[in-house]
Amino acid sequence: MGYTFQFGEVFRYWPLLVEGAINTLLFSAIAMAAGLAVGIGGAVCRNSSNRALRAVAGGYVEIVRNTPLLVQLFLFYFGLPATGLRLSATEAAILALIFNTGAYSTEIVRAGIENVHRSQVEAATSLGLSRTQAFLHVVLLQALERVYPALVSQFILMMLASSIVSAVGAEELTAYGNRIQSENFRSMEVYFVCGAVYLGLTYVMRFVLAFLARFLFPRRRALARA
Amino acid sequence: MRSFNPNDILFLAQAALWTIALSLIAFFGGGIVGAILALWRISTLRVLRMVASGYIQIIQGMPLLIQLFIWYFGLNLLGMDLPALMAAAIALTLYSSAFFAEIWRGSIEAIPKGQWESAASLGLSRFEMLGYVIIPQALRLALPPTVGFMVQIVKNTSLTSLVGFVELARAGQLVNNVTFQPLPVFACVAVIYFSTCFPLSILSRWLERRTHGHRQPVRSA
Repeated sequence: MGYTFQFGEVFRYWPLLVEGAINTLLFSAIAMAAGLAVGIGGAVCRNSSNRALRAVAGGYVEIVRNTPLLVQLFLFYFGLPATGLRLSATEAAILALIFNTGAYSTEIVRAGIENVHRSQVEAATSLGLSRTQAFLHVVLLQALERVYPALVSQFILMMLASSIVSAVGAEELTAYGNRIQSENFRSMEVYFVCGAVYLGLTYVMRFVLAFLARFLFPRRRALARA
Repeated sequence: MRSFNPNDILFLAQAALWTIALSLIAFFGGGIVGAILALWRISTLRVLRMVASGYIQIIQGMPLLIQLFIWYFGLNLLGMDLPALMAAAIALTLYSSAFFAEIWRGSIEAIPKGQWESAASLGLSRFEMLGYVIIPQALRLALPPTVGFMVQIVKNTSLTSLVGFVELARAGQLVNNVTFQPLPVFACVAVIYFSTCFPLSILSRWLERRTHGHRQPVRSA
């Protein structure tokens, strides 16, 4: 075991690592926002009185949750061009991440919506709110508030899983790691450092999302004080 | 260049056996390490608790892909044979163990305190309490999420293709390279994954319904 670690060889490339980390966060932020939007839409469909909508949303969730992200990514990156829609690696990566996160968010948001008591909706409609208004102003926020911790865990898992998109050459942290590794041949050190950066990113995300919750859910703070 | 034919599907099916083999290795390996970690996590010794929770935090905070690369290149440096399979088995085992440890710790902690107290009042030692009273009850709670995590394991094995191990996803890439028909090839790969994972998902859900009684979902407006 005559191996000496030389981390200096990796830190020389710090601008690339920083850029990679920023790209990873960027990919994750887009996938989070769009994925949550898809998730809310999906959850509404899952609870819809329209049978076809329910089936489509249910099928979407099951297909995504029972196939690997890597294969979904391949379908977007290699498969879509065959239908005439050519995507860059980054576009395919972001689409695949949104597609994936959307399904998981659908299930989480659905659980939240189902947990809001019926009487809330009844009270809202008796006040003259339309069903849409009742959903938007009464149900949705409470639902999101309840499942927020689950959403945060899911988003962090997604951020870590986004390392997979380096497989098609999308430029995020792991891809930069691969590039540095191919230049200095210090593969162990490079991936140790990348791993440490990801670990740091999980803490950053946890912190930012917890901070965000204070603004998104003022009611919860009021309840906690009461 | 040739078209995607039944022989390719046979090749994919063979590669799927490797996916299943890797999943089983990760499940049993991860299960054993995870069980030990779960016990460490609830140990009365502070050191063991800290070691286990530090390990779990690190493993869960790093992408599996990075861990795979570390083992793959690490074993290469040590001059091991079969680096792809070894790296895949080790990385998947360790990764799964951290998640199993957390699932099982959760189920053990979900057992009401009264069970511990009454077991203690019968004069059982800590290990007897765990073995005869707590763990048998915790197993019931742990079963649905454990089966659910098996789905994750099967999906995670796809990452080993990125270190060159030929399992289902890699086989799909190979077939695509000669046929240039990505849509049918990867759709076929996805269908094989789905037909492996979906029954497990259903089983997990069924087990969960059984453990938690019959809680019907309330359909909101």
